[in-house]
Amino acid sequence: MTDERSPRPADAPFDLSCPVPLSQYPHVLLAHGGGGKLTQRLIEQLFVPSFDNPALRELHDGAVLDVGGRKLAFTTDSFVVTPLFFPGGDIGSLAVHGTVNDLAMCGAKPLALSAGLILEEGLPMEQLRKIVDSMRRAAASVGVPIVTGDTKVVDRGKGDGVFVNVTGIGLVRDGIEISPRRARPGDVILVSGEIAVHGIAIMSVREGLTFDTVLVSDTAPLDGLVDTLLSAVGEKVHVLRDPTRGGVASTLNEIAGQAKVGIRLEETKIPVSEDVRGACEILGLDPLYVANEGKCLVIVAPEAADAALDALRRHPLGAKAARIGEVVADHPGRVVMRSRIGGLRIVDLLTGEQLPRIC
Amino acid sequence: MRYVDEYRSEEAVRKFAAAIRDGVTRPWTLMEICGGQTHTLIRFGIDEMLPPSVTMVHGPGCPVCVTPLEMIDRALAIAEKPGVIFTSFGDMLRVPGSRTDLLSVKARGGDVRMVYSPLDALELARKHPDREVVFFAVGFETTAPANATAVWQAKRAGIRNFSLLVSHVLVPPAMEVILGSPTNRVQGFLAAGHVCTVMGYREYEPIAAKYRIPIVVTGFEPLDLMQGIFLTLKALEEGRVGVENQYTRSVTRDGNVKAQGVLREVFEVCDRAWRGIGVIPKSGWRLRDEYAEHDAIRRFDVGTITAEEPSVCIAGEVLRGIKKPNACAAFGTDCTPEHPLGAPMVSSEGACAAYFNYGRTV
Amino acid sequence: MCLGVPGQVVRVDRNDLGMTMGLVKFGGITREVCLMYTPEADVGDWVLVHVGFAISKLDEESAKEVFAMLEQMGDLADLGPSTDAKD
Repeated sequence: MTDERSPRPADAPFDLSCPVPLSQYPHVLLAHGGGGKLTQRLIEQLFVPSFDNPALRELHDGAVLDVGGRKLAFTTDSFVVTPLFFPGGDIGSLAVHGTVNDLAMCGAKPLALSAGLILEEGLPMEQLRKIVDSMRRAAASVGVPIVTGDTKVVDRGKGDGVFVNVTGIGLVRDGIEISPRRARPGDVILVSGEIAVHGIAIMSVREGLTFDTVLVSDTAPLDGLVDTLLSAVGEKVHVLRDPTRGGVASTLNEIAGQAKVGIRLEETKIPVSEDVRGACEILGLDPLYVANEGKCLVIVAPEAADAALDALRRHPLGAKAARIGEVVADHPGRVVMRSRIGGLRIVDLLTGEQLPRIC
Repeated sequence: MRYVDEYRSEEAVRKFAAAIRDGVTRPWTLMEICGGQTHTLIRFGIDEMLPPSVTMVHGPGCPVCVTPLEMIDRALAIAEKPGVIFTSFGDMLRVPGSRTDLLSVKARGGDVRMVYSPLDALELARKHPDREVVFFAVGFETTAPANATAVWQAKRAGIRNFSLLVSHVLVPPAMEVILGSPTNRVQGFLAAGHVCTVMGYREYEPIAAKYRIPIVVTGFEPLDLMQGIFLTLKALEEGRVGVENQYTRSVTRDGNVKAQGVLREVFEVCDRAWRGIGVIPKSGWRLRDEYAEHDAIRRFDVGTITAEEPSVCIAGEVLRGIKKPNACAAFGTDCTPEHPLGAPMVSSEGACAAYFNYGRTV
Repeated sequence: MCLGVPGQVVRVDRNDLGMTMGLVKFGGITREVCLMYTPEADVGDWVLVHVGFAISKLDEESAKEVFAMLEQMGDLADLGPSTDAKD
């Protein structure tokens, strides 16, 4: 299989002159939130040009701002998951972990969080209590205070029970510069553990796709894991990103596009648990595109790769960390994977959400 | 995973590839009927491991792709009706009708839900007696027993708010259309292993005899496909015709007799329009009159449906294996998975989508 | 049509509508599957499942055939020089 592809307008994920303009979609679709091409389009064609500024243009998990000589990381994340409660967590813990993780992906220690809640009229108070308590425990486990917030209530039928927005600030560790643009050919790509757990756990409690085995979400705060990693290899870490919606494939495509490098993966090296594997086979899903909430991708200088892997594995959340690929100079902007039978395949961004199939 | 991992062994696949290279003495053109097989071929790069003299042509074995436009428009009209819970397999949700698709209907407030099994849809009907639950029953013979069972159970249990929108298609008539065409280049077939698991392979024997070709019933893992291709080429090289079974761990000559019994009770053969190909006589199944109450076509009045295909789409030629997806003028430009003009670009089993997603531009 | 996944039967029983159902294990997860079309399948057997229905009981002996064929091909190759690849 050749890696060269004849250029065509819809080629690179970040091609701003795409032939299918936003006006193609008169209504917002679920796919616009799926983390795939439509999400990219929305960001590139609407948000970035509208708000345009250097920090935003970095398009990392959080913005890094210079404040009186210190680097401040600033991030926001909204959570709209249904069901509100799932094995392994709920929208509250998911929201706190998610924002803490975005800060960690900037190489920042979380300093403070805010919590904005949009509640639907009729939500049982008991559920709200549980969610708030979950947020309390999640924040406490990380040692970060929730210092401010907001509450609104919308009419019955206008919300999925609860929508949560958590915004966070943190201080970037000295000497650390995490940015997709630091990825260089030769860098090694690591993943901190088994993939696709969260997405499958959520799908398994949705109507129509239930399993008998209880699959537990991997939602977790990664600040401790990142701390262990950075203490070991510091500025040799070039990129950190947590592969949430859209999965490992989407995240690596984003990085490849932003850094203008190629990425080569080895299918046999990607860690997937037996549970998740079975679920993906039945539903016809590719684990590479399924969401994770307690994992991170690490792109590290080759000479520090072994030390980085060791550091991850020493931490409970990184016990199954693995080396899954490398950054290459070929096919910039593209992610290519060597399949388990030896062939090469392109791992592209999907249009929207990956859907289970029967064919 | 057992019965899966061992069929994805690199060493075994390469061994067959080598045997094929050593054994082939002239060019051959084969067709794999099933979309799932196309998916595996392209995802694992198997067709690229074959010698250049062997051409794999992708057949119309994607029920999602061949569901007639009129049927999709009917589904959309039903889904837009208030009080209806419209259920479907994931594959169908993005397929474009004349104006819109099921996901867009959902975006505008329709109750459209994805299910894994038709029994899940039946369960929804039980749980919501005040709503009309409709299940979009597309598929080849493989999916038919599941769909038949759902409606058979509904009738037995008196679940009256459950109906099927049936658009089943059958493989053998499609094969005859391909083989009978004056422009046919296909010299050997890989028959669909899961269709044959249900139906057996008796009905392919007269086809093999009439058109004097080898047909090998083939599975879906890389090793199955390699072996299926190997056996077909061996038969061609040795001048043998007839049906062989590669997928012996699942397929027998008679198939699943019990499932066939339920199919006969619930469905009857009818003419069916195949999107991109046209009407193929006796190539579909519809619900028998005894099941009229559970037939969404008879149950819902949606007025006249005028279906219009975009003219640039060459789905028909792709589905018949006459052209490859990347030969289409719109491929990758006006027609992409996010803005599909035809069904083979939408379904992950469609040849166009497979080509696009796995990077085949040349 | 296409997506048929092998799983191992863990339990067999009946549902409220009187259909034979079973719990089938796929890799690490289990799911309820309708077994009415594989009445011969018992706990421990492997079935092929498509959209929540078992459509065949997998035959273990047949499953090994492809590997026997590969071994045979390997043996023949050892016997003498292979023909040149003709591309």
